[in-house]
Amino acid sequence: MDRKNNSPLEKKSSSLRPTTKKNLITYAMVIFFFVLFQTLSATGNLKHAHKALLVPVCTSIIMAISLNLVVGVLGELSLGHAGFMCIGAFCGSFFSVLMKDVITTTWIRLTLAFIVAAVAAAVAGILIGIPVLRLKGDYLAIVTLAFGEIIKTVVNTLYIGKDANGFHIAMSTANLGLEPDGKIILNGPQGISGTPKNSTFVIGFILVMITLFIVTNLMDSRTGRAIMSIRDNRIAAESVGIDITKYKLLVFTISAAIAGCAGVLYSHNLSSLTATTNNFGYNMSIMILVYVVLGGLGNIRGSIIAATVLYALPELLRGLKDYRMLIYAIILIVMMIVNNGSYFVQLRERLSIKLKSGKNKKEVA
Amino acid sequence: MALLEVKNLGITFGGLHAVDNFNLTLEKGDLYGLIGPNGAGKTTVFNLLTGVYKPTTGTFYLDGHELKGKKPAEINKAGIARTFQNIRLFKNLSVLDNVKVGLHNEMKYSTFEGIFRLPRYFSTEKKMNARAMELLDVFDLSENADTLASNLPYGKQRKLEIARAIATQPKLLLLDEPAAGMNPNETKELMETIHFVRDNFELTVLVIEHDMNLVAGICEQITVLNFGTELAKGKTEDVLKNPEVIKAYLGE
Repeated sequence: MDRKNNSPLEKKSSSLRPTTKKNLITYAMVIFFFVLFQTLSATGNLKHAHKALLVPVCTSIIMAISLNLVVGVLGELSLGHAGFMCIGAFCGSFFSVLMKDVITTTWIRLTLAFIVAAVAAAVAGILIGIPVLRLKGDYLAIVTLAFGEIIKTVVNTLYIGKDANGFHIAMSTANLGLEPDGKIILNGPQGISGTPKNSTFVIGFILVMITLFIVTNLMDSRTGRAIMSIRDNRIAAESVGIDITKYKLLVFTISAAIAGCAGVLYSHNLSSLTATTNNFGYNMSIMILVYVVLGGLGNIRGSIIAATVLYALPELLRGLKDYRMLIYAIILIVMMIVNNGSYFVQLRERLSIKLKSGKNKKEVA
Repeated sequence: MALLEVKNLGITFGGLHAVDNFNLTLEKGDLYGLIGPNGAGKTTVFNLLTGVYKPTTGTFYLDGHELKGKKPAEINKAGIARTFQNIRLFKNLSVLDNVKVGLHNEMKYSTFEGIFRLPRYFSTEKKMNARAMELLDVFDLSENADTLASNLPYGKQRKLEIARAIATQPKLLLLDEPAAGMNPNETKELMETIHFVRDNFELTVLVIEHDMNLVAGICEQITVLNFGTELAKGKTEDVLKNPEVIKAYLGE
């Protein structure tokens, strides 16, 4: 029962608590694939098109993990998750473009961009969360969907420029009233251009690890138990003194902040950033939800695997041309059946029992 | 001073007086029964006392503090814990974690300390585990500590609910049909446990029950509800002999 014994250095793996062991396997899996792909790309064994997938895959993994916190751990359906990514992406890019000449050290500027974006997305999460989290189930889903769209639309109509007098904000270029020396940073539907392309696979990997660390540790703590108790039985959670609103808002905020960081990773991988339905609209929100549901609600490792496979597949299947989406759909269906079909669930249970009894026999011998 | 004082408590749903003019005074350490035929409003009284429903009339005090209109979480923090007629466990959490959720407001560390595993996380978790195991021991559940709550047999689920409620360190424990679905042996064991818990954790217990053996066996005093109003009140053996009560239960 003593958690201090859970450090891998002190005890054999057999004495680890099941959750700790599960988390360590997830970390190991992520590190293994990072090293594998990093070596492949360093030795030139990875095609250019495939190399270009590495950062976006990290982005979708982070998005999937953060959405899983809301949908799988808290048990509330949110369909506007891409909206927070949008806020993070634009705030991060805005910051980087503004500071390009002021802060020349890349990693300092990028770290600050991550912090700015996380804070901005978290504030948006709180502002949206306060009214929205009074709702439940389908209603919550509909309203979050709307907020996601609103964020995207607002970004598309905003013009922000800077000149010697400071910032100018308007709804069109004409109203901006910039001095001749001024420069438009956010240009309405044309978005932000000239973001330094600072995102690398290494940064993506670090961000995935940080996300994993925050989310898994959160789940395995007093706060995490409170959150899961709300998911399992709201009335009982209230009856043992858990403040439902507080924890819902907390989860929403943490999840939004992480999504904001994913946005920075995304925007610093492109030279020009625009908000469209495909990258920040409901298409994206639904896509992330698909990763979460197929990976398993509340299952962080599942989210990582599903996000990787499902993001990379359409690109890897490009060679199949017209059959691409057909095969993609079949794979989706097969994943769904293998994950949730009663036959496969039973098969997995039987296998795990067998594995466990096998281990016990060995220990006895 | 009385521990719980309920004055003229009532609630109407539409035109229906689900509970009307309900009065109750519990002294510290009482083991009190609330009985009545189906639909008499017993669980509604519990829901009023735990803040699930807001009373339309009347009020109630715990240790002199008025709790009317407070939220369920606040009422729990003030010292009232309950179990449910239809069991409400955290099904996807382990038995141990269910009790640890109950300890949520007793042993604290911040979310930040939890995520970054600061020293207080380890010391508090250690204390929580020890305390939770102690409680599980009382209810004979320590062997099942790592089982998922939904995989427990029915009788143990009921016990776990009580353990979770006690973990919140209440002054007053409300048990809603704790013996429902138990066989006579389990009921007998439960009666002993309730006695033990009352004495050991210095609790006051208010229990709704249909099993007259259990009521006669553990409750010193009872109130009988019928159609939302009080039918009889007093010492258990006297009330159970009351012809009005027998009429309400068995008809004429």
